[in-house]
Amino acid sequence: MIKKFIYLEWKAFVRSASFGKNLTMKIIIGFLMIYFSLIFIAMGVGAFYMLKEMNLEPLATLNKFLIYYFLGDLAVRLLLQSIPVLNIKPLLALPLKKTTIVHFSLGKTILSFFNWIHALFFIPFTVVLILNGYDVVQIIFWHLGVISIIYINNFLNIILSNIDRLFALFLLLIVVLGGAQYYQLFDITEFTTPFFQSFYEIDGFFLIPILVLIAFHYFTFKYFEKNLYLDAGLSVKHDVASTENLSWLNQFGTLGTFLKNDIRLIKRNKRSKTTIVMSVIFLFYGLIFFGNTHQPPAMQIFAGIFVSGGFLFVFGQFVPSWDSSYYQLMMTQNIPYRGYITAKWWLIVIATFISTILASFYLFYGWEVYLTIVVGAIYNIGVNSHLVLLGGAFTKTPIDLSSAGGAFGDKKAFNVNSMLLSLPKIFLPLLLYWLGLRFADKTVALSLVAGAGILGFIFKEKVFSIIEKRYKIEKYSTISAYKQKG
Amino acid sequence: MIQVNQLSKTYNGTTVLNINNLEIPKGQSFGLVGNNGAGKTTFFSLLLDLIQPSTGYIKSNDIQVNTSENWKSFTGSFLDENFLIGYLTPEEYFYFIGDLRNQNKADIDALLAKHEEFFNGEILNNKKYLRDLSKGNQKKAGIIATLIGNPEVVILDEPFANLDPTTVSRLKKIIKELADDPNVTVLVSSHDLQHTVEVCNRIVALNKGEIVKDIQTSEETLQELELFFAV
Repeated sequence: MIKKFIYLEWKAFVRSASFGKNLTMKIIIGFLMIYFSLIFIAMGVGAFYMLKEMNLEPLATLNKFLIYYFLGDLAVRLLLQSIPVLNIKPLLALPLKKTTIVHFSLGKTILSFFNWIHALFFIPFTVVLILNGYDVVQIIFWHLGVISIIYINNFLNIILSNIDRLFALFLLLIVVLGGAQYYQLFDITEFTTPFFQSFYEIDGFFLIPILVLIAFHYFTFKYFEKNLYLDAGLSVKHDVASTENLSWLNQFGTLGTFLKNDIRLIKRNKRSKTTIVMSVIFLFYGLIFFGNTHQPPAMQIFAGIFVSGGFLFVFGQFVPSWDSSYYQLMMTQNIPYRGYITAKWWLIVIATFISTILASFYLFYGWEVYLTIVVGAIYNIGVNSHLVLLGGAFTKTPIDLSSAGGAFGDKKAFNVNSMLLSLPKIFLPLLLYWLGLRFADKTVALSLVAGAGILGFIFKEKVFSIIEKRYKIEKYSTISAYKQKG
Repeated sequence: MIQVNQLSKTYNGTTVLNINNLEIPKGQSFGLVGNNGAGKTTFFSLLLDLIQPSTGYIKSNDIQVNTSENWKSFTGSFLDENFLIGYLTPEEYFYFIGDLRNQNKADIDALLAKHEEFFNGEILNNKKYLRDLSKGNQKKAGIIATLIGNPEVVILDEPFANLDPTTVSRLKKIIKELADDPNVTVLVSSHDLQHTVEVCNRIVALNKGEIVKDIQTSEETLQELELFFAV
């Protein structure tokens, strides 16, 4: 029986839309997988030596921050890891025992990306600890304890059946706890560090998380078995629809019509909602660069571009794929392409503008830093907004709006053309800024980048004509690509 | 109204549609019947410029559809649920289409009121998004949306499929009304010979991409078609 299931899974994996039909995409995805795996492994190996160099006890320090690691993991899972419900339906009416089906679908989650990615960090870390003279048995106990907690998170996510709001709750929890610790009001790690440390120090302590894990598995199993009905656990949640008029947008004519639609698109679909979350995360990207003397000064413009460009990169990159499920409708309606593109452009511009205003907290680092962000925003509006829209003409991956997606294995729009187009988005301003710094001063450097942005803005109409033409050329292949659903 | 000239569509050497010459005059109600894979949807997709012809062209109101986009303003169409925007409520969807076709809210409300019976209370004010409606109800919304803005050409692919018997008879009434309007050309495709014969005054049968029958509807049409499709 299990062999049959594995066969099904293999087919599902190999034939998924994400795996792609063409070789280039497979190779690129393969490279990215290897790249990220290597980063995690390097982190696992490097963490020990880095902490050592900072004169910290590596294991104890890691244990100190594990609580945040696990909370973060849970938050990410709630947002991205999908629970294995949908592919159960065809199995229900077949001569299979319910327990077999439940065992299988729970077993499947164990092999999920969200679980083994941690192994890439913890296994090298453990190996390095052993090589550096930590007690082998004790370390393996610690390792088992940590892995059990990761799997407890796995089952917690299933039980909480990835409710979106909980994601925000956990994120808030991390921020509050982290803030409280930073300002020395309340330090959660005082309580959790000894707990994690005990996995290593007290024999048999690691059995506690393992027992909890077994309990969780048992509970989830029972819960699933009891709810294995189409109208219970397997039912698809229907949102109660709320009609929004957004009639204030009517004054903008056709543009308003599209904007209305885009606002509803973003608000009502899981996948597009995550773009908003991502844009907010991008806002804080600059914290890595500003006030950090280790980074070369030219990298500041890099941060400037990203702080205000979150929405542009995450949402804009997938125009027109957001409309993929009803692209045929769009193509038969009385819609001028230019109106459609202009509406998307305005959406990006408005979002960039809002991000720039929200980013005003960078003024804390001084007005020069904020000026860099404003210049980045000008470049985003003038040049990058055009580039993402042009890249969109080559983006032919349909988006399933209802799935949260985003992790490995999900549909990503990789495409040589759109990859090439993404180079000037980041490296051109970097080059301009670097040239300015090299041969003059910061003012000239910033003016160069801003100038490029303004130039792009001046030639907007011309650029739009080019984009429009591209979209028209790509029309038929886009339609046929969108018809193949993932 | 619609002229088809030397039209063919080929995929990897297989010809799926080949129509030498076909003319559909203004005001006609035109039925397209045929088995699965006969080329009905391919023809409609070509007519809507969703796919490119391998040879030949289609002219709608003297506008060649794959070179100019001006046919869009007088053509209403519903091929499948890909024409619906899943995350909108039906009302929002109708207003959206209305905006694109330069209709104001009052025009849309009047149209919706007229077809209240067809909706059978299952579409409007139901607090559901289109994606959460049943197949049949989605179809109802899609069909009515094609009528927004008084189009001169109405294209419906398999409109009778998935509908309950009451709705089918109401839909036939709507299509007949359109057919009676001398300014509206209706194109309907279907597997169901009887429904098609009832609402169309001309029927074309496709088989493997070729036109095999072209008849003006009469008393004997249904029999003739049934005989043709019987093995």
